Amino acid sequence: MARKISYQQAINEALEQEMRRDPTVFLMGEDNAGGAGAPGEQDAWGGVLGVTKGLYHKFPGRVLDTPLSEIGYVGAAVGAAARGTRPVCELMFIDFAGCCLDQILNQAAKFRYMFGGKAVTPLVLRTMVGAGLRAAAQHSQMLTSWWTHIPGLKVVCPATPYDAKGLLIQAIRDNDPVIFCEHKLLYGMQGEVPEESYAIPFGEASFLREGDDVSLITYGRMVHLAMDAAANLARHGVSCEVLDLRTTSPLDRDSILESVEKTGRAVVIDEANPRCSVATDIAALLAEQAFDDLRAPVQLVTAPHTPVPFSDALEDLYIPDAAKIERAVLKITQGRQAA
Amino acid sequence: MSETPSVDQLSHAYRVMRTIRAFEERLHVEFATGEIPGFVHLYAGEEASAAGVMAHLGHEDSIASTHRGHGHCIAKGVDVYGMMAEIYGKKTGVCQGKGGSMHIADLEKGMLGANGIVGAGAPLAAGAALAAKLKGSDAVAVAFFGDGGSNEGAVFEAMNLASVWNLPCIFVAENNGYAEATASNWSVACDHIADRAAGFGMPGVTVDGFDFFAVHEAAAAAVARARAGEGPSLIEVKFTRYFGHFEGDAQTYRDPNEVKQAREQRDCLMQFRERVTRSGQLQPALLDSIDQEVEQLIEDAVRKAKADPKPGPEDLLTDVYVTYA
Repeated sequence: MARKISYQQAINEALEQEMRRDPTVFLMGEDNAGGAGAPGEQDAWGGVLGVTKGLYHKFPGRVLDTPLSEIGYVGAAVGAAARGTRPVCELMFIDFAGCCLDQILNQAAKFRYMFGGKAVTPLVLRTMVGAGLRAAAQHSQMLTSWWTHIPGLKVVCPATPYDAKGLLIQAIRDNDPVIFCEHKLLYGMQGEVPEESYAIPFGEASFLREGDDVSLITYGRMVHLAMDAAANLARHGVSCEVLDLRTTSPLDRDSILESVEKTGRAVVIDEANPRCSVATDIAALLAEQAFDDLRAPVQLVTAPHTPVPFSDALEDLYIPDAAKIERAVLKITQGRQAA
Repeated sequence: MSETPSVDQLSHAYRVMRTIRAFEERLHVEFATGEIPGFVHLYAGEEASAAGVMAHLGHEDSIASTHRGHGHCIAKGVDVYGMMAEIYGKKTGVCQGKGGSMHIADLEKGMLGANGIVGAGAPLAAGAALAAKLKGSDAVAVAFFGDGGSNEGAVFEAMNLASVWNLPCIFVAENNGYAEATASNWSVACDHIADRAAGFGMPGVTVDGFDFFAVHEAAAAAVARARAGEGPSLIEVKFTRYFGHFEGDAQTYRDPNEVKQAREQRDCLMQFRERVTRSGQLQPALLDSIDQEVEQLIEDAVRKAKADPKPGPEDLLTDVYVTYA
């Protein structure tokens, strides 16, 4: 049996292997090492949750702490990427994109196109996404749909340690700007991860469970809730297929359509707010291109149209759970034999 | 380049300034015909800044420019015909017609782009300086921004970052007196933009932007400091722009005599010509011949650009990504 490590360790290992392979790869972000200029330990934190811990001493001069200055250092990462280096820049929480949106939206994403195909901007922006840490409205958002909307960006959201490593290696080698979304509740998740380096291509969804009755289409942490729901539903005789998109841009439309062609039913699960989201995007895709395959209305299981609440009592209601997924599945599968 | 420019360097600087002036004066005329799409922001009057700074840079050095970027592009060596074709929205433009006046870039020349977002180039230049430092080269990066851009947080953050990381970065605040239609003496809270350098731990100096030699000298010191690993500097270059914020701006907010006086009494090309001919460094006949060559260059650029094809439907979807999976 292969070695098991955590999602967090898988990310650290991907960074280390790519930094060894390519001297132009470097890390930058707030407390990526921790302790800069302070009298005590250097590499004191290794990122606010320790994801980059240990790399500072392994790669002298290539793990850069930044001031709390998202416009400045994210913009600098974009500029450095356009000048022959491969920065892996950490935006601690995706919510902080509010501070530096221009540098991503108007600069990195558009260089290639507006400069007539001459620019190459191999930037990776690692950032924490998602709710569940009782971190409230400004540290818990799932803003994947924002980035997915913007031509020129690639958007990655790994659900497992295996995918985290392979997708991050691909992101670093990719020549386009990549928003790499790490779900904060997954950092401790253990999984089988090969020690050797490997890259997972973008735009290739993963079929995690084969099924005949309904397609559960999702990404990120919701993948695991969908798997739980599928296991429960199997006991009720409902056969679910679970599709992990892995990247929302590019989007593996073919796999989505292939799955729904087989099952005739789709439940799209997205931790993000529901309006103009990845979930609605997939629903639109199915309405447009799989209408004749559908035997029931597409169901969306998402967060509500509210900010992320603080109190655990409310946050637990906010985040989609397996029970909500099961209800959505049962709503469109009950009586299916008669259909 | 030393602080005292050689004859060849002087003649090059004159050619650069004259090319910028002719380019912008011609665009002023051509834009009025309606043939140029969108809008353009002209750099006329500010030529000494681009020429004085870029005199110290090579292609390995980077610059990040502004929405008023034609002068920076020309001084950094971007092809004049390719620029003109770009401004006309032609496929032959330096960005294949996909960028336009506000996004002219030529990465091979170290030109990281004009920029439609005020102040946004400063962090990019800091990043270019960081890349140079990480690669161990002695290249530098220059961030141009205006008096309007000097009030943007992006510029403050870039200046702080450049100081904290001791980056080979030069910040050039081109204070032409107006951010769009708002006077800089109202919108900038301190007396001089250069005063802000102290808050970011770097030297700051204000120079007369109509005087090529003043800009050249200040830039020489800042570039030398950056190349020596001594960190960033801020140069405030003061002048006035000869045209409106954009072409079509009626400029009712200005004193009607402001531009007239500047053109007649302080113009950078006029001052430069007087100084170098009086000193005997350059002969009037040489300058006249440069004027004629530049006129022909611009005429050819406009004629070819007008005749060139626009991008086709096949171009709409290309070059969004390097790879699509």
